[in-house]
Amino acid sequence: MRDFSYARPTSRAEAIALAGMPDTMVLAGGTEFLNWARIGIVEPARIVDISRIPGIEGVEALAGGVRIGALTKLNDAAQHPLIRASYPVLSEAILKSASAQIRNLATVGGNPLQRVRCPYFRADEPTPCNKRVPGSGCAALHGFNEKHAIFGWTKDCVAVHPADPLVALAALDAVFTTDGKDGGRRIPARSFNTLPGEDATAHSVLRHGELIVGIEIGGAAPKSAYLKIRERESYEFATVSAAVALDLDGEVIRRARVALGSVAMRPWRLAETERRLAGQRLGSPAIGAAVDAGFADALPLSSNAYKIKLARNAALRTIELAARA
Amino acid sequence: MSEHQTAVSRRDVIRRGAMVAAGVAIVAPTDAGDASESLSKRFETLATAHIEINGVDHRLELQPRVTLLDTLRERLNLTGTKKGCNRGECGACTVLLDGRRVNACLVLAVAADGRKVTTIEGLADGPHLHPVQQAFIDHDAFQCGFCTCGQIMSAVGCIAEGHTGSNAEIREWMSGNICRCSAYPQISAAVEAAARERV
Repeated sequence: MRDFSYARPTSRAEAIALAGMPDTMVLAGGTEFLNWARIGIVEPARIVDISRIPGIEGVEALAGGVRIGALTKLNDAAQHPLIRASYPVLSEAILKSASAQIRNLATVGGNPLQRVRCPYFRADEPTPCNKRVPGSGCAALHGFNEKHAIFGWTKDCVAVHPADPLVALAALDAVFTTDGKDGGRRIPARSFNTLPGEDATAHSVLRHGELIVGIEIGGAAPKSAYLKIRERESYEFATVSAAVALDLDGEVIRRARVALGSVAMRPWRLAETERRLAGQRLGSPAIGAAVDAGFADALPLSSNAYKIKLARNAALRTIELAARA
Repeated sequence: MSEHQTAVSRRDVIRRGAMVAAGVAIVAPTDAGDASESLSKRFETLATAHIEINGVDHRLELQPRVTLLDTLRERLNLTGTKKGCNRGECGACTVLLDGRRVNACLVLAVAADGRKVTTIEGLADGPHLHPVQQAFIDHDAFQCGFCTCGQIMSAVGCIAEGHTGSNAEIREWMSGNICRCSAYPQISAAVEAAARERV
């Protein structure tokens, strides 16, 4: 690991000024950064530890919604009474991610900044990977790609984003609020990460020196659920996951929001499925047909066609789970 | 530990000086080069951290890249905290940071400045074992023992969090600690028993 120098600002303004320095990275929970640095994925000269800047930690009710400060630990956000009661899909998604120890360190603002778990990206020895070395190609395209994308991939990158909370946030139409030297932005969770068709070398739209300061979620979604399919029962990344939030009128779906995880470089909202679910009665055959319609543009790689069926069934099951939530 | 306590630390002196410099740079960046230089001075290549470890104050001069895990083991000879995977996957390095269980391999020691750390060496009360340590012995909750210190620290955290309502809940909330010998049934039984004793 390359040595780096360290600063721990005590205000947001100071943090932004320092984070904008060249060859500088921001540290919050640190659970990803140290592993990147060990592998050599990043080699910053400077680290800005923002973990103690005030005013961006905790959960607070907004008019018609909630704000979660970026520095809120994953465990604290998931177990907050307001999140548990009003956004069960988010609470479940967080508690199914990582381990209890990591969730005590990792922050909700750092979570979407995780990088892909593709073994070629994380390799100790150099392998072709456009996210590791732009222009070097994609070893996963014709290599080990059992866990890779079925939506939105290109021959330049077939990796999926691994975050669970992000999938719930995308289903809830949550927004990341940022701050930076040119002011703040509002970035929808569903489009925070960069698809390879936009830029195969990029991870997210966050700019150098820009900080995520919070997450805002709109109206409560008590009828919501998260399903994570994985090779182990706990402490494992998803093979596929599904987040569903329903607005019901008795047994009839007024509005459905469906996002899939670990199928693309960002949470994948099934827009056509959502459109067809509106007005359908729970348990009717039309539900399955609506889910199928969302997979019209799914495209498997050489070794992951099974993920299409798995994701389809996960979406269907999660609709049922959300209806019973 | 008077040798660890100084009225004004080097970090304080540097920080106050740098904050003045940075403040000037932000308010009046008449020269971009000067501003950048002032900001650069906020970064330390050798930092001082005051960390209370098992009730004892330590003043440590640290390279920023050094982890809490390596500091405990290599600097302070607290080798009960084990270095298993060194990437946050096995849980062998679990310690309590301000009372909450974390992977010491994922924490920079300098970032623990001002915080309290409890390791396996800090659990027993003199000759009296901590109830979780005793429960692990009573339930034969280890074979090779390499993961045990991390398992016990994680169990202390798990019990304090109240995630011991059932064996299934214990297994879920202890899943960050891998046991290569697969002593999981005995480990979860030990945690269950220790949690009952606490109530």
